[in-house]
Amino acid sequence: MFEVEKMVEQLLSAEDNHQELIRFTKDNPDFSIEQGYDLQNMLIKKRLSQSHRIIGMKMGLTSLAKMQQMNVNSPIYGHLLDYMQLDPGVPLIHSELIHPKAEAEIACVLKKDLQGPDVTAAEAIRAIDYVVPAFEIIDSRYENFDFKLPDVVADNASSSRFVLGTKPIEPTEIDMRLVGMTFWINGELKASGAGAAVLGHPANSLAELANMLHERDQYLRKGDIILTGGLTAAVALEPGDTVEAKLGQNDNVCFQVV
Amino acid sequence: MVDQSTIIQLAEKLHDAEITGNGVEPLTSSYPALTAEEAYYIQLENVKRKTDSGRRITGKKIGLTSLAMQELLGVNEPDYGHLFDDMAIGNRGVVPAGKLIYPRIEGEIAFVLNKDIKGPGITTHDILQATEYVLPAIEIVDSRVKDWQIKLEDTIADNASSGLYVLGDEPISPKGLDLSQLGMVLYKNGELINTGAGAAAMNHPARCVAWLANRLSHFDISLKAGEVILSGALSKAVDGKHGDLFEIELEKLGSVSVTL
Repeated sequence: MFEVEKMVEQLLSAEDNHQELIRFTKDNPDFSIEQGYDLQNMLIKKRLSQSHRIIGMKMGLTSLAKMQQMNVNSPIYGHLLDYMQLDPGVPLIHSELIHPKAEAEIACVLKKDLQGPDVTAAEAIRAIDYVVPAFEIIDSRYENFDFKLPDVVADNASSSRFVLGTKPIEPTEIDMRLVGMTFWINGELKASGAGAAVLGHPANSLAELANMLHERDQYLRKGDIILTGGLTAAVALEPGDTVEAKLGQNDNVCFQVV
Repeated sequence: MVDQSTIIQLAEKLHDAEITGNGVEPLTSSYPALTAEEAYYIQLENVKRKTDSGRRITGKKIGLTSLAMQELLGVNEPDYGHLFDDMAIGNRGVVPAGKLIYPRIEGEIAFVLNKDIKGPGITTHDILQATEYVLPAIEIVDSRVKDWQIKLEDTIADNASSGLYVLGDEPISPKGLDLSQLGMVLYKNGELINTGAGAAAMNHPARCVAWLANRLSHFDISLKAGEVILSGALSKAVDGKHGDLFEIELEKLGSVSVTL
């Protein structure tokens, strides 16, 4: 029997005090992905009881490379809470986190609810109000990002902070599959990719998320912000960094690390 | 310093490897002091051999344009090679058997210029001004050095590991496009393998072409109007074998495919 209450407390305290944990699967090799999601939901309930609010969801492990690296064939999801969103111009405070890394992504904001099962990419696109370039800042609460799949699921998929671009784009205005994204730190190119890096098309990620949530009787709501998954590898951040991503010909998102 | 007769002899070795399809030991194993400049003279020796035998130069290719590749080979600048008429494969075409030793596939942006450009002092904007059109392109790189055991000088001598190339059908003006932001997606047998964007080639593909114009001026060579210039890979090269179908798609430029 796992001491789930204690594990949730450990995760919350690791985030609040920015202290690393040893992954749970080390002592509990039987800890399952399902139990990981049970823990994640308990952790989110705790945050809600602290007057926080769910404002969206994120998808993780959406690239072939990452799935192979973790030896899995499906992505994972986590919850986005209000305190995670950095407003434009608000810096990321490095000392509030453990070992933050940034990923450049395409975010979608929904104009209607999206409920599985069997949601298709086409239905997912029809549910998008607008898309924006986004940075997700991941910060695993486990030592050295050393975790197995159930650990990272329990840890809310390493969710930590995110920043959205400020110009909403009609989903029909860009080719979400082929659109290019470049990721720069202090003016130096760190990575580049195209939308297809996310499960072949960011809309596949959105549809898959709705279908995965259905398995736990959850659904996506109108107004939710969805981070569909990294188009590029995650890059470690340092205080003083100026971080920018450009999406397509005209759009960008940026933030500072202090 | 290697002498002229060694340059000719090493060029011959690489030429024979291309004909027989048997890779050779790295030149730098026998000649560890071989310089990049000397390696270019080996390349030019084989270029002369090919043009003497009636092959036509159709353009140039730029290699080692990504930071990752430059770090891998411990260099801080790209390299270049020559393209010939018999290296071009039609879009959606099939590579004739026996043409390649150890092929790898890269997605790129190809440039065609509307006037001759000669360095030094050429900038990215000089190239953008002189660009008649761009095309999506597949470059099939190959190495006449056994198992790609290359150092910088080996690949330069080996025509920058050029193999074959495939161009898209529709010329597109770069006006109104930031080429550095165009997304590129590479599929092998219908499966997504990797993605990238224009900036992967030295922050902007036209900057690679400007580098080439300046580098060629050392050899008193200019870029010619109408030549094809492959500006550099936008993602990691992917291994291919006989029967594999490769397709690349470039945002706003279209797609190009080839079967090995």
